[in-house]
This record gives sequence, structure tokens and C-alpha cells, in this order.
Amino acid sequence: MTTDFVLLMAMVLAVMVTVMTARLLWSAIGLALASAVLAALMFRLNSPVAAVFELSVCAGLIPAIFISAIGLTSRLNPEALAKRWRHKLLKYGAMPVIVILVVWALWQLQVPLTFVAPPPAVEQDVRNVLWNQRHIDLLGQMSILAAGAFGVVVLIKGAKRE
Amino acid sequence: MLPLFILIPLTGVVLLNLPFAGALRKRAFALVVLLSAMQAAVVVVHPAGFWAETSLMDRFLALDLKAGQLSLVMLLSIGIALFAAAMVGHCTFRDDRQRSHFVSVLLISLIGMNGAVLVADLFSLYVFLEVTSVASFVLIAFNRDLRGLEGAFKYIVLSAVATVLMVSAVALLMMMAGGTGFGQVKAALEAGQGATLARLATGAFVCGLFIKGGLVPFHGWVLGAYSAAPAPASVLLAGIATKVTGVYGLVRLVVTVFPASETINQVLMLVGAVSIVVGALAALGQRDVKRLLAYSSISQVGYIVLGLGCGTPLGIAGAIFHLFNHSVFKSLLFVNAAALEGQLGTTEMDRMGGLGQKMPVTGVTSVIGVLSTAGVPPLSGFWSKLVIIVALWQAYHHAYAVIAVLFSLVTLAYLLVLQRKVFFGKTSDSLAGVREAPREVVAAALVLAGLTLGIGLLFPLLVHTFLLPMSGVF
Repeated sequence: MTTDFVLLMAMVLAVMVTVMTARLLWSAIGLALASAVLAALMFRLNSPVAAVFELSVCAGLIPAIFISAIGLTSRLNPEALAKRWRHKLLKYGAMPVIVILVVWALWQLQVPLTFVAPPPAVEQDVRNVLWNQRHIDLLGQMSILAAGAFGVVVLIKGAKRE
Repeated sequence: MLPLFILIPLTGVVLLNLPFAGALRKRAFALVVLLSAMQAAVVVVHPAGFWAETSLMDRFLALDLKAGQLSLVMLLSIGIALFAAAMVGHCTFRDDRQRSHFVSVLLISLIGMNGAVLVADLFSLYVFLEVTSVASFVLIAFNRDLRGLEGAFKYIVLSAVATVLMVSAVALLMMMAGGTGFGQVKAALEAGQGATLARLATGAFVCGLFIKGGLVPFHGWVLGAYSAAPAPASVLLAGIATKVTGVYGLVRLVVTVFPASETINQVLMLVGAVSIVVGALAALGQRDVKRLLAYSSISQVGYIVLGLGCGTPLGIAGAIFHLFNHSVFKSLLFVNAAALEGQLGTTEMDRMGGLGQKMPVTGVTSVIGVLSTAGVPPLSGFWSKLVIIVALWQAYHHAYAVIAVLFSLVTLAYLLVLQRKVFFGKTSDSLAGVREAPREVVAAALVLAGLTLGIGLLFPLLVHTFLLPMSGVF
């Protein structure tokens, strides 16, 4: 089995755990694992900067924020947890079967699951593009961060104050 | 000086949140009213120096913003809707901290909308649509009540699906074109027209914009968002935010990026017609003013998409004209709804009646908004709908033209029911103490009603300055 195929399957497995588990903490950990594997795939595709962003932000910062938020909630009692497990299995029970069928179909169709990394284009270095060519997107990113910050202040801090 | 449309609101957000800006926070809504008025004035007066292609700012910031005819119409619509939202917001929020936070999010929404209509790049368009959407999530849930949080959550989920579709499409188009500029992508699509990848990317992006625009069958989030949001947020969302995030994107891509395609036109006309029908029929059974207006918005956006799908210059011009008119008269109707909500504490029609005597200005301006929405002459909505219907008829889309006419009558029906239940008849004793809305809300309603009436009466003059240039929008 190729490394890429193993990584893809690991990512799919992590995503399934994220969706199917009844425990929020496991969901956050599954998200972190899926992002970490995706970062590894990006390294193999010759995109180290994108991989570093994926690893630091999506596999690090975002799950940390989720886990902090989960820490503010109270634990479900065993009956409620069992009910949620049943609900999740009912809703997503078919997912592993669908995934196996899709993988089998891709295998039969001989779809190549080994990535061919493109050669890095020096003149299109993402740092040059981001800082020198796409200032408008930087303004957009700042605005989204500001909107997110106000969302936290209004929705969470405001509720705590009340 | 185009970057000022983004930099001034960004500066406003920073200044409002400085530690010692108490005096500024007290006048936060007044500043937004001033900003929106300046934005509208700059578009209408059109000083040449302001709109010059290059300026001093280009030496420091590579923003690559462009302002064509379509962008100017959108900037004017944004200014008008923001003015209305700010006037209503001034009466809705009394606490300085709440005002400051709301205005900050409003300004971020303005950054998103202005940026979206000025960029000439697909990825940048996506970024600014997301800025508007994220700000909208916060605005909808601003009061932190259950309905608002539920409405925001539905919007977040569906918006996330739209985001995945749009980003995937941008990635595919970038693979084909080597870049994401409108011109680059258009050239690549024209060169490789018919390729499966191009069709997939186009379809994905259009689907994403259908979700953002609240078109049928992706309209599930619209009802909760419009009806549960605080009054000024509803005015902004229904008046312009949804138009920018969904409909403007469609118009821009069809006009500037996608090559002429009968398939895209057919899909747009079908989705437009279905939205007109479903929105109008669903509005018939509503008992809540804001929910009725939400379904009415879905239906009216259907007219815009129907005109766009016609594909002819007249059809596209009609679509853009109706987009502008809709932002004015829908903002007016939501301002009226805000007046009712503020004075009665409810928007349920069964608890109203005979309010025309207690709230005469709200009642009269509401009649103007209702008649314009239904396409009754000589109001603005009549002309834009007429242009769309004539364009459809001339392009031999007779069935769609008939649907557009018939459902204008259905629109008139449900809106007259609203008028009768809310404003006509005898005032019940429980409403004896009701008074007219505060002067800021009344002023906003009068300005919007004046625009609706004025554009309609002056249409024979505007057709040369507004409509015909719009037919050359591409």
C-alpha cells in the first residue's frame, strides 16, 4: 500500500470519528488528527508553507479553542450519553459502509491514489503572493478575524455578563 | 480612492473600540448614518477625482479594485440600506456598549459588502462574501435569544456548505486558468469550454451562490434569519446583505466571468421561476409580518435571477434595476416591520389591526412599499418588473413571462392581506396606547418611500441615465 493511500485512509478514519462520536472532546481530537494528516499530505505535495498553516492553525489552534469551549460545558450523564450514542449510530451508522464501498469502487476503477507532487514554483512562493501581491485578501482576513472576535464578545462575554 | 470604501469602515471599527472612545461610542449610529450618506452621495455626485483609476494609495497597497456600472449600483444600494439599518438601530439599542458592538459588526459587514462589489478576483470575491456572512451570523444572533441563535446556526451550517462549494470551484478554476482574476478565468473558460472540470466548477460556484442568496431550494435559512434577527439586522440582511452575498455574485459571474451558456441561462430561469412561485405561495399562509416579508424576499429575488437568466442585455439590465429597487422597497418594508415591533413588541398580524390611525406615517409608507413590491405603477418596482417581463417575452420565454405576471398578482394579494390585517379596520382597545414609531425610524421610512416613489415617477428620465447604461454593464 502506498504512503498516500494510508494517509488518506487515516484522514477518512479521523473524520468519521469526528462525526460519529457522541463525545464532543473526541470530535475535537478527531478534527485535530484529520488536520494533522492533511498537513502531512500537503508536505508530500511540496507545499510546506500550506502544511505549516494547516498544522498550526487547523490542527493546533482551532482544536485548542474547541477544547476550551468544551471545557466550559458540563458532562452528560450516562443515560443522556447512551441516548446520544444511539442517535449518532442511527444517523451515521451507514457511513463506514459507504466509505468502504467508495474505496472499493475507486480501487476497481484503478483511480490513482498516489500523488505526484508538482515542482515548486519559486516565483509564486506563497509568502511573496500573500505579502506582496494580495493585500486585498489580507484586509479581508483581518475583517473576518475582527468579526469573529466581536462574535465571541457579543455572544459569549455578553452572556456571561448577564 | 476606491480603497477608502474598505479602509474608512475598518478605521471606524478600530476607533470605536479604543479604550477612551466613550464619546465616539455614544454617537456610533450617527457616524454610520453619515458614512452611508457619504457613500451614496459619492456614487450619485460622482466626483471624477475620487473615481480615478490610480491614486496615491496604489503606491502602498496593491488592492486592485475596480468600479464599473454594476459596482456603482451596488455601492448606492449598500449606502441606502445601511442608512436605514443605522436609523432603526439607533432606536433599538439604548445601551452604549451594545450600540458600539452592533455598529462595529455593522461596519465589518459594510467592509465585506463594499469589498465584494469592488474586487476583480474570484478568490477575493469569496473572501469578502465570507466577511459579510460571518458578520451576518453575529448580527442575527445579537440578542442571544433562542430564535436568533437558531436562525444564525441554520445560516452558519448552510453557509458552510456554500463555502465548500465555492472554494472547491475556485480551486478547480485556478487549476485551469493559472490564476483567479476574472479576466484570466474567463479566458480559460472560453478556451476550454465544454470541459467537464469547467462545468463542475461553474455548477459548484453557482450552487454556492444560490445558497448564499436564499434561492429555492436552498432557502431554508432565510426565514429563521430574517424573522429572528434584531430589527436593524433584518433591515440590513433583507435589504442588501443577502443581495450582495448571493445575487450580486451571480450577476457578476454571469456578466463578467462565465462565457455565454444556454445551460446556465436555463438553470437560472428555472431556479428564478421556482423561487418566485414557492416564495409567493408560502407568503400567502404567513401570520407573522417578518416571516411574510422573508418569503416575499425569496420571491422577489427570483425575479432578479429570472431576468438574469434571460441572457439578453435588456434582461440583465432589468435584473440589476430590480436588484436596486428591491433593496430600497424591501428595506422600507422591514423598517415598517421594525416600527411595528418596536411599538407593539410583536410582529404577529393577529395581534394588530387598525394601526393606520395610530401609526399613519408607517401605514402610508407601508402602502408605497407594498405596491412597489407588487409591481403597481407608477412605483419603481413596476418598471423593473416590466423590463424583466418584456425581456423574457422578446426572448421567446413566454411561459416564464406569464409566471412573472401571474405571481405579481399573488404578491399583491398577500401584501394587501398584510395591509388589511395590520393597518386597516378598527383599532382594538388593547392597542389604544400605541403611538407612531420614533422619529429616526419614521425618517428612514420617509426617505425610502420617497426613493421608491421618485424612481418610479422619474423613470422616463432615468431610463437613459441608469437603465440603458446598465445594458452595457459587461
